Amino acid sequence: MTTTTTKALHDLGVSELAAGLRDKQFSAVEAARHFLARAKAHQNLGAYVALNEDATLAQAQAADARLAAGTAGALEGVPIAHKDIFVTRDFPSTAGSRMLAGYQSPFDATVVTRLADAGAVTLGKLNCDEFAMGSSNENSAAAPVGFDAPAPVRNPWDTTRIPGGSSGGSAVAVAARLAPAVTGTDTGGSIRQPASFCGITGIKPTYGRASRYGMIAFASSLDQAGPMARSAEDCALLLSAMCGPDPDRDSTSLDVPAENFSAQLNGSIDGLRIGIPVEFFGEGLAPDVRAAVDGALKEYEKLGARLVPISLPRTELSIPVYYIIAPAEASSNLSRFDGVKFGHRAKDYADLVDMYKKTRAEGFGDEVKRRIMIGAYVLSHGYYDAYYLQAQKIRRMIADDFQDAFKSCDVIAGPVAPTVAWKLGEHGNDPLADYLADIFTLPGSLAGLPGMSVPAGFGEGGLPVGLQLIGNYFQEARLLNAAHRLQQATDFHLRQPGGL
Amino acid sequence: MALTPQDIGRIANLARLELTPSESERMLTQLNGFFDIVEQMRAVDTSGITPLAHPVAAIQDVALRLREDVASEPNQREANQKSAPAVERGLFLVPKVIE
Amino acid sequence: MTTTSKLIHGYEVVIGFETHTQLATQSKIFSRAPTAFGAEPNTQACAVDLALPGTLPVMNREAVACAIKLGLALGSHIAPVSIFARKNYFYPDLPKGYQISQFEIPVVQGGEVEFFLGDEKRTVRLVRAHLEEDAGKSLHEDFIGQSGIDLNRAGTPLLEIVTEPDMRSSDEAVAYAKELHKIVTWIGICDGNMQEGSFRCDANVSVRKPGGPLGTRREIKNLNSFKFMQQAIDYEIRWQIDQIEDGHAIQQATVLFDPDTGETRAMRTKEDAADYRYFPDPDLPPLHISEQWVQEQRALMAELPRTMAARFVADYGLPEYDATTLTQSKAMAAYFEAVAQACGQPKLASNWIMGEVSRRLNTSESGIEQAPVGASQLAALIGRIADGTVSNNAARQVFDALWTGESTDVDATIESKGLKQMNDSGALEKIIDEVIAANPDNVAQFRAGKDKAFNALVGQIMKASKGKANPQQVNDLLRAKLGG
Repeated sequence: MTTTTTKALHDLGVSELAAGLRDKQFSAVEAARHFLARAKAHQNLGAYVALNEDATLAQAQAADARLAAGTAGALEGVPIAHKDIFVTRDFPSTAGSRMLAGYQSPFDATVVTRLADAGAVTLGKLNCDEFAMGSSNENSAAAPVGFDAPAPVRNPWDTTRIPGGSSGGSAVAVAARLAPAVTGTDTGGSIRQPASFCGITGIKPTYGRASRYGMIAFASSLDQAGPMARSAEDCALLLSAMCGPDPDRDSTSLDVPAENFSAQLNGSIDGLRIGIPVEFFGEGLAPDVRAAVDGALKEYEKLGARLVPISLPRTELSIPVYYIIAPAEASSNLSRFDGVKFGHRAKDYADLVDMYKKTRAEGFGDEVKRRIMIGAYVLSHGYYDAYYLQAQKIRRMIADDFQDAFKSCDVIAGPVAPTVAWKLGEHGNDPLADYLADIFTLPGSLAGLPGMSVPAGFGEGGLPVGLQLIGNYFQEARLLNAAHRLQQATDFHLRQPGGL
Repeated sequence: MALTPQDIGRIANLARLELTPSESERMLTQLNGFFDIVEQMRAVDTSGITPLAHPVAAIQDVALRLREDVASEPNQREANQKSAPAVERGLFLVPKVIE
Repeated sequence: MTTTSKLIHGYEVVIGFETHTQLATQSKIFSRAPTAFGAEPNTQACAVDLALPGTLPVMNREAVACAIKLGLALGSHIAPVSIFARKNYFYPDLPKGYQISQFEIPVVQGGEVEFFLGDEKRTVRLVRAHLEEDAGKSLHEDFIGQSGIDLNRAGTPLLEIVTEPDMRSSDEAVAYAKELHKIVTWIGICDGNMQEGSFRCDANVSVRKPGGPLGTRREIKNLNSFKFMQQAIDYEIRWQIDQIEDGHAIQQATVLFDPDTGETRAMRTKEDAADYRYFPDPDLPPLHISEQWVQEQRALMAELPRTMAARFVADYGLPEYDATTLTQSKAMAAYFEAVAQACGQPKLASNWIMGEVSRRLNTSESGIEQAPVGASQLAALIGRIADGTVSNNAARQVFDALWTGESTDVDATIESKGLKQMNDSGALEKIIDEVIAANPDNVAQFRAGKDKAFNALVGQIMKASKGKANPQQVNDLLRAKLGG
């Protein structure tokens, strides 16, 4: 196959790599070594936080054996990397936190196991905002590979800028081709937004479709695992392996059967009704982002889709609603970090309560502490009804708004974020600025709907802009189909940052 | 609905977080700023609306799955205690618990 | 509700109970680790129990079945939908930093427990019973300045059974606890082993002047023996009354009972102890219990002790006391019914079981299941008493032989030990005539009105017959001969 032999391994997508491995054009060990070398060569980007070459090569050897024996899985030998929110036996799992520095999980996350069962080889763990709380990956307390202390995670398109968050390391790895595909997690936009900022493709499935077992919990009713790669086609391959019921381990995992998300990629989108929420195109949207998004929508019209104006009236409310519910759940989920069973424990303390307080003060970063405080407050006696309960009620109204909208459209499209990636340190003194920038991704998260980010063009400074696609429950295949058709008509997803 | 320094102290204690005085001050300002944004949410009329716990419950009933009563987890104490800060004779050690 | 409240120094006592019953399941409520008691520390605490990062709860069906059974047994409403909630607080034996429990909507609502306090029938109303997970254990003895935490118990399923404050004395409280203990073991949801912590009671105690408002209550935690329950509550009542009489107000507090001193003592007050920040657990969708499942459980449930006792009174003509004692356990009741039906002598059966059988079981500290004398053997023996073959005294000797395993067959034992009662009235009359003739003074004294003389004659007759005479027959014949 000419295509594969002329391209460098890191320029191959997942399906090309899988094919090349099957055709014995190169081995899993070669592929693994290649990406490990790239990871180390570009460690200045801060994407990887853990490598374990022995473990990676052992996995690759096993994959080669299965390829030889003809028992290969769909992703056999394909190197991937996991956001450090997923626990893994072969690599430490830190969730970007000092609290879990060096933590060795005795089990693998279900999603990790499913991808391994499909034959994928793990290159390492990827940087992220601490406990997935953040929109810029500036809240990581992990030292990236090659560093002794936390260091900025850099957008490959402009290394003075953030990659987005919380799956920043994941997005960087794909954009800089340090892995062909990766896993991320999305609670309020943490797959979609970094995918948009780094010019790659990412999808968050319907809440409950991918198991949360082994995903270090941030906000239980919002967290979802999803793939990030350079194309919808590649995302579909990973998503098919990742999704499926996990009745033995995750009670929120739905009994929706595993699906082959690649089956409908090439379907026609003639007549597809694309809902355009008026609230997503207001004053807050930067002109360069608007231009790129409009351009992508025009492409859709050329492909036969029809744009339909819709309204999601409670879009702005989604910010306070999300930032009540997520911190509330997080404040409780993070109570297990107490220095007793695992993780960090303070060295000096006067008594038990002092041990708790110092351990948690030392182990958690500022953003995590902030959200724990918010969460504890909105759940506390006398405030529960006015804040948490109220937020959960409005959440239902937001979900109902989407159902109304889907009566007149098949998918919803709009920007992922109001701007392109901002500069490192730019939001430093204003944590609220991060919250407000989540406005377009939060509504879909609250409703638990599947959502994608697809490269749609470039804005100021040549920085990538993503188009957000939101589908109705269980409509991942439709989203991937729409994304794939756009990618067949455009080449934004094929562009690469220079110097890599 | 403005928070006071006493609120910060009370919540930090509930959450078992030790905050330095300057951290407490910063936290107070940041949280008050946050709750300004939140105020608009409180005024929304939600009478008759049931809270949405599992997102997919928006369109279908989501019920708790029940598993068979089988004790299938083997003893993995060593692996499970690998990352424990202080262990002796299989017990997790903590500063003395006073009742 | 209350008929007579026994006042103590003019104060009325108000008591409510919260009982934690460990459910007799194989695995824990939210994980698949085993629940067996006594394992080496932390060998039965899996990743989920330890709250390792990324772990999630999965509900045990059998724990729910136990809740349904309890609800049926107590006449409660079983909620078709109930919600699990997180109770947030920090403690080393609470690995997640929260306990999964039920708050606003518990699985069992209402219901009542009936029992006898002396002769009086009492009813204690239930508020609710909910499912939750047990915490681990702290061990203090072997460590200086430190505690060792064992999380084997963490995640064991519990039903927390909460009453209205309907009890008015420590006696009543203990009687309630004993009845509840009987019920939960009878229906098989709890092994009832109080030393192992399977059944633990918290007693909420307050005092007030009759007709006055409810007093502030203090909660005595973790009472795991009926004896301690009684002592603790009695002490607490006296302490509260003393405090009030001295002019001190009662502060709400959680207290522990010290069996060595017999006193209750307030635990170190935890500030914000009351702010548990309950919210529905997002990891667990609502629990649905169908009407069908409830009916299936209802069909599987055996007769409850109170119902069975009432049936024993009605069908076997037993006194309430006997019926209550015999229904102390399923096994005991089954034994009784087998004996009664086989020999047709329910009162005799009851006497023997409550007497000889129970005495020996208590001495050997064993249960009826271990009784060496089977129901059919006892029935056969009672049959021989009823048909006059042996006297009660002789029967005891036979019973001894059966119990110790010396012999196994009732009739063979009677034969070999020569215990047959003399029933031949001709031979007996002869003996009686001889004794009357040999004891003219006794006869005269009896005729003069001294009953003791009669008994002396009976004694002589029994001796002359070497104990084999049927005492009733002796009585009748002697009386007839003396014309009295």
